[in-house]
Amino acid sequence: MKRRSRKSSETVLYGLDPLIIRDPYEIVYRHSYAQDSPFFAGLTKGKLLGSHCPKCRVTYATPRSHCYRCGGATKWRAIPKQGTIHTYTTCYYGGEAFLDETPFILVLVAFEGVETLFLSRLIGARPEEVRIGMEVAARFSSTPSFRVTDVWFEPKARP
Amino acid sequence: MPSIKTDPRVYMIAGGITPFKKRYDDKDFRLMVKEAYDMALAEVPRLTPDRIDGAVGSYFSDHFTRQLKAASMVQDYLGLCPKPSKRIEGGGATGGLCFQSAWEAVASGRMSVCVAFGFETMSRVNTWKGNEFIALASDTNFDFPVGGFYTGYYAMMVRRHMHEFGTTAEQMALVSVKNHANALYNPFAQKPRRLTVQEVRSSLMVADPLTMLDICTMSDGAAVCILADEKSAERFGRDPIAITGVGSGSDTMRMADRPHGKVPLLPHERAADYRHLKYPGVHSFRGGRMAAKLAYEMAGITRPLEELDFIELHDAYTSSEIQTYEDLGLCKYGEGGKFVEDGHPFLSNVDYGLKLANPGTLPVNPSGGLLACGHPVGATGLMQAVFAYWQLQGSIKKHMKKETLQVWNAKRGLIHSHAGTGTYITVTVMEKP
Ligand SMILES: [Zn+2]
Repeated sequence: MKRRSRKSSETVLYGLDPLIIRDPYEIVYRHSYAQDSPFFAGLTKGKLLGSHCPKCRVTYATPRSHCYRCGGATKWRAIPKQGTIHTYTTCYYGGEAFLDETPFILVLVAFEGVETLFLSRLIGARPEEVRIGMEVAARFSSTPSFRVTDVWFEPKARP
Repeated sequence: MPSIKTDPRVYMIAGGITPFKKRYDDKDFRLMVKEAYDMALAEVPRLTPDRIDGAVGSYFSDHFTRQLKAASMVQDYLGLCPKPSKRIEGGGATGGLCFQSAWEAVASGRMSVCVAFGFETMSRVNTWKGNEFIALASDTNFDFPVGGFYTGYYAMMVRRHMHEFGTTAEQMALVSVKNHANALYNPFAQKPRRLTVQEVRSSLMVADPLTMLDICTMSDGAAVCILADEKSAERFGRDPIAITGVGSGSDTMRMADRPHGKVPLLPHERAADYRHLKYPGVHSFRGGRMAAKLAYEMAGITRPLEELDFIELHDAYTSSEIQTYEDLGLCKYGEGGKFVEDGHPFLSNVDYGLKLANPGTLPVNPSGGLLACGHPVGATGLMQAVFAYWQLQGSIKKHMKKETLQVWNAKRGLIHSHAGTGTYITVTVMEKP
């Protein structure tokens, strides 16, 4: 899969006046999910873990280990695996990393009893079928990549 | 929250910009800023370099420059070493924040004359890589991997705005028609065009409902503003403009985390106006409302629609211009679509090929805005300040060769700079002294 990278000594010229060269750049990071790790681990077990502040009685769909209202530590709480579409779009273009996945549908999902929303992809619906208020259900990858894309949503019942 | 009173006042005494272009291969960022800087200095010949106390530099993305400390290279190139300097970065609002940082340097008494410079060189990568770089200004754990794309985020926000308020894609297209047509008279603009609503709607769909003509482009460019205290403005300035209101605001990084609460009211609004509105949700910019509220309090503005003569605002998307009319209190939340449909933000003397009921009530983006001027991020907020400065001086004809865009008798203007999905927003009020 991985192409042999150009030798750094190999120079490609794009122009002579002004002088323009090709200048590649690649980095690999060691990225820790740190305090958010249980969320990503949860996805591998088919769980959607949000955060609950017992003092404010607020549940956040996208986790945060501290409450932005009171500053106190939150507790992990499973949020419903079914929700409704709060808003949506179909992307026909995207950042370079996602261009070959277009068109794709982005949704913000709302859950009963949960204050905030969750950003995800909607799969299994045509763009013209999507509606605000549409009921959707979470689906989880059986081959986890430990990214937020290990969860996505599908229409609850196919129309 | 306490409002700040500034005494003595801070003035803008000079401004300069490069034309915004798709690409400057023959000038790097240092030379672009130098040209804008020299243009500004030419206006204040009595201001010798030894009278400049320091500088604040702005550019958004280290990914685009691939040169850390690039603002130091500009400071060096302009011959401003060893004077104080720093870089300001705040996403799309980088330029607006830089302007306010220079204001802070002067208002605090730390400097008498401060240079604010900004630039961006976005042409160094292709458009889609550029979109990816910009999307890295969204949460890289939870947002970016899902399909990180700002146009997608804004499309979701305006979809909800349409749902809540009945805003239409045609109303959004009117913003595109207006700003691209205004730019026909602005020689610094990157993308002047005469358009119809139909052309905007039938151009390439990028993220439904936003088409290619609802979205600003990537640009190279630079802008410079020179700010001074009252004494220095009198001494060096030819036609200084006062900065009378400064405000800024913020919101959660992830738009999914925005609360659904109450609207922070401006003086001319009542709680009853918004009894059933859950705010800000994803349809409005709470940080923009905060910024406006603070800037209005400082400038003593209670009825913005009547008390402002023009606005240069951050129209990265046609939809965000409509959302911003509401945050700034030019109309009530929910009435932004109608505000543009009724013609209020259009110039009364430009032919847009449209029948408008009330053109020219309060011109918004007479320059053409980001949509048509371009958006070299670190320069954008400073570009707005330069255009506002010319408007208030009445010097549009001198700088643009034509006086079409001159708002006659403009006494007070507002500039607005905006980052992320509304994560940092600045509002600055400028006035004829
Ligand atoms: Zn709490």
